[in-house]
Amino acid sequence: MLGALSWSFEEADSHRVDTLLEALLAESGASYALLIDRTGQLIASAGAAPALDPTTFASLAAADFAANEQLAALLGEPNFASLYHQGTRSSLYLAAVAGRAILAVAFPRSVALGMVRIRVKRALPSLAQLFQEVFARPVPHAQTRLAAGWASEAEVEIDRLFDGE
Amino acid sequence: MSMINYASREINCKIVYYGPGLGGKTTNLEYVYEKVAPSTRGKLISLATESERTLFFDFLPVDLGTIRGFKTRFHLYTVPGQVYYNASRKLILKGVDGVVFVADSSPNRLDANLESMDNLYQNLAEHDFDLRELPFVIQYNKRDLPDAVPVEQLSAALNPTGVPAFEAIGTRGVGVFDTLKAISKQVIKSLS
Repeated sequence: MLGALSWSFEEADSHRVDTLLEALLAESGASYALLIDRTGQLIASAGAAPALDPTTFASLAAADFAANEQLAALLGEPNFASLYHQGTRSSLYLAAVAGRAILAVAFPRSVALGMVRIRVKRALPSLAQLFQEVFARPVPHAQTRLAAGWASEAEVEIDRLFDGE
Repeated sequence: MSMINYASREINCKIVYYGPGLGGKTTNLEYVYEKVAPSTRGKLISLATESERTLFFDFLPVDLGTIRGFKTRFHLYTVPGQVYYNASRKLILKGVDGVVFVADSSPNRLDANLESMDNLYQNLAEHDFDLRELPFVIQYNKRDLPDAVPVEQLSAALNPTGVPAFEAIGTRGVGVFDTLKAISKQVIKSLS
């Protein structure tokens, strides 16, 4: 049904992503990497997290990427495959992964953009391959995976949390 | 399009507040931010113009806690209501799990409500979503206006399918949590 689960991320997927992200950080010297779903949800992260809220970061990065994609379209480009935001102490490099996700890499001033760009470019095919497998996989309905009573317990929490008093 | 991350045992659901400009969408999120326990919510992000009109979106993550082993979180978004920000609205609807339409009860905003509702249907269709199959509630906001349009009239114009609807006075928080409870429960049901 529409609005329901359309893909799921499994334990084995997570191990593969962690390995790829950690290798990327080790090889590039970057400090932090996040893998973000195009709708703004955080999938995985690696590295020494700076003092930021990864949930908010993921939401803004996806919006940033989406807005730039529209700018690309206005210029007659199919998309911008990557984005670079230069800071004084930290910078950010973002790249599209198989049209379904975004890889965001934060790196300090001591690391050259070129190095990050090359290492990201090398990591992208493996990440793209993983996402193609994830999306090609038949999705079990959440009901078969979530423990019985999950929905009713969630509703009780909704009543408690959203009491508004 | 909720994503269930079985590796990190997280479920994230995206709820979008839609509606005409200055209808009270941001006010809904601000009230939720003020009233929920600080430990359960993240930062309220507002991408707004200098005159505090929403430029791109507002974003508020709210944690429901760990339910049967799964950390369950709602991502609340608003869209900019002004007509010319349609490109932004389309982007925010990507991957939506539930929609709240915040209608303005002011008589001179009736056309704006209708235009925004049409726009919602169109934009969802571009994402291959059908509003009739998506968790959806309507909020009739600004019920404290002395000349507020009667709810029956708003309902006839905006709610032909009879989805759950709530009267609200966003600035005082009236109806804000009733609306949020209703949409979040619908989203949870759509997953189970």
